[in-house]
Amino acid sequence: MSVDEKTVRKVAKLARLAVPEERLAPMAGELNKILAWVEQLGELDVNNVEPMTSVAKMRLMRRADVVNDGNIADDLMRNAPNAIDNYFTVPKVVE
Amino acid sequence: MSDLATLTLAGARDALRRKKISSRELTTSFIKEVEGARGLNAFVTETPELALDMATRADARLSRGEAGILEGVPLGIKDLFCTKGVKTTAGSKILGNFVPTYESTVTRQMFDAGAVMLGKLNMDEFAMGSSNETSAWGPVISPWQRKGSNTPLVPGGSSGGSAAAVSARLCLGATGTDTGGSIRQPAAVAGITGIKPTYGRCSRWGIVAFASSLDQAGPMAHTVRDCAIMLQAMSGHDPKDSTSAPIAVPDFEAAIGKGVKGMRVGIPKEYRLDGMPAEIEALWAQGIAWMKDAGAEIVDVSLPHTKYALPAYYIVAPAEASSNLARYDGVRYGLRVNGDDVIDLYEKSRAAGFGREVQRRILIGTYVLSAGYYDAYYLRAQKIRTLIARDFEQAFEKCDMLLTPTSPSPAFGIGEKTDDPISMYLNDVFTVTVNLAGLPGISVPAGVNNEGLPLGLQLIGRAFDEATLFRAGQVIEDAAAFKARPDSWWK
Repeated sequence: MSVDEKTVRKVAKLARLAVPEERLAPMAGELNKILAWVEQLGELDVNNVEPMTSVAKMRLMRRADVVNDGNIADDLMRNAPNAIDNYFTVPKVVE
Repeated sequence: MSDLATLTLAGARDALRRKKISSRELTTSFIKEVEGARGLNAFVTETPELALDMATRADARLSRGEAGILEGVPLGIKDLFCTKGVKTTAGSKILGNFVPTYESTVTRQMFDAGAVMLGKLNMDEFAMGSSNETSAWGPVISPWQRKGSNTPLVPGGSSGGSAAAVSARLCLGATGTDTGGSIRQPAAVAGITGIKPTYGRCSRWGIVAFASSLDQAGPMAHTVRDCAIMLQAMSGHDPKDSTSAPIAVPDFEAAIGKGVKGMRVGIPKEYRLDGMPAEIEALWAQGIAWMKDAGAEIVDVSLPHTKYALPAYYIVAPAEASSNLARYDGVRYGLRVNGDDVIDLYEKSRAAGFGREVQRRILIGTYVLSAGYYDAYYLRAQKIRTLIARDFEQAFEKCDMLLTPTSPSPAFGIGEKTDDPISMYLNDVFTVTVNLAGLPGISVPAGVNNEGLPLGLQLIGRAFDEATLFRAGQVIEDAAAFKARPDSWWK
């Protein structure tokens, strides 16, 4: 499998990453090198192998479903690049 | 005053407890070393005032006889650990001004144990790299140079600042993180010791996430004992990380000195790569001989799926990274570039904030997870991960640990491998299997090559059996009697 400029444009859109037009072709080349290299995984027969979904052999730990944190609005806003009165701001989304 | 050129973390701890030195004196000396070594670019943020404040409090506790495990010991912290009130960038422009309002569990535990933080250490951007060249703040220069040459070399990566700071003796130890080899490979090429503990041993809470099923924190320091002391403070169950293991932490330091008599050391034949440099081959043979001399039994074992580990890693790690890094959107924190609409803002912020390697991995990860390709790439890689873990399980039926080289080559020159991602990825060929299987691995300095550059040996253990690695690591340290030091050319 190999990717072309059109695929890179689509994947970049999915990844919310602006890739300038002139970078699409070189990026396709870079990705294809890596994809060609991982192609060797196709040599293995993995039909009867379970996928590893958890590296640790344990049940995922759960916490009690109780409120144990909160009232930290100032902390949450402290690193916001643009905020108004404890609201995060974005460009207008509703006309 | 202790001689900083030979002082170990254990030595400093003991001297502090016996009141031979105060933490303030020790910290003041190290602050000077840090300031004098800015040319290495190992620290991205220096925190001398905070360090002296922490040292003063450590001295007070020491005088009251309330010393914690790391009381008064000056350390460096990789810039991937969130530190409350101290800028934490993950080596990325996108977090260039990020000041956490909370403390990572690992650093919290270390500070509770009395550690003094000298500052934050440079690293590959989001820990993606093997040479510290992808950092937004410029590469770290290794304190090591080839004999008769002043070509700047890499310190390894991604914990390159940590490796350089310890080996240049700017701190007594440093935290690292290891997703595919990022503690062990820089430790090896910088002539220090580093251990990636078992997945789940150290909490990941508050560590900027790269690939969550592979990431683990661990210590990097001068000696095996120093690493054991640090790991003691870093380990333990944390309810805030659902993958943190609710398993008791043994006394790691107590394991040291017990030797390896009667233990079985496995030698995996698949690690004998075609075209492996003779110096690496010779080092490995030397390591085998040391273990034999110490009374261990050498067992040949096979890890048949080894060659598939690195390509499987380069599906799993970018896939998880693409998901983890989705949070950087220019809205809640981090770099923001304004756009015509909200999507445009996301796309521009991320393009401006992420460096080239990070963008490449986000795109690979997004591609292998996208509709129609998931089974062919991601699911297949997860199945191969099962096979790799099974290889280790079968090997550990025949042996107690495995011995391998840590890195396929010594440190290389800055810029030598940046044009070809795959040749860079190959630096992790001996370390990445361990992350995929969630096992512990330690790298111990074992010798120098004919250019005077350090080389390391790796021991791999069963899950949660770091104690055996400290025990056997000490045997290698004693046998190797590694005394090489970089010339202090940066001073």
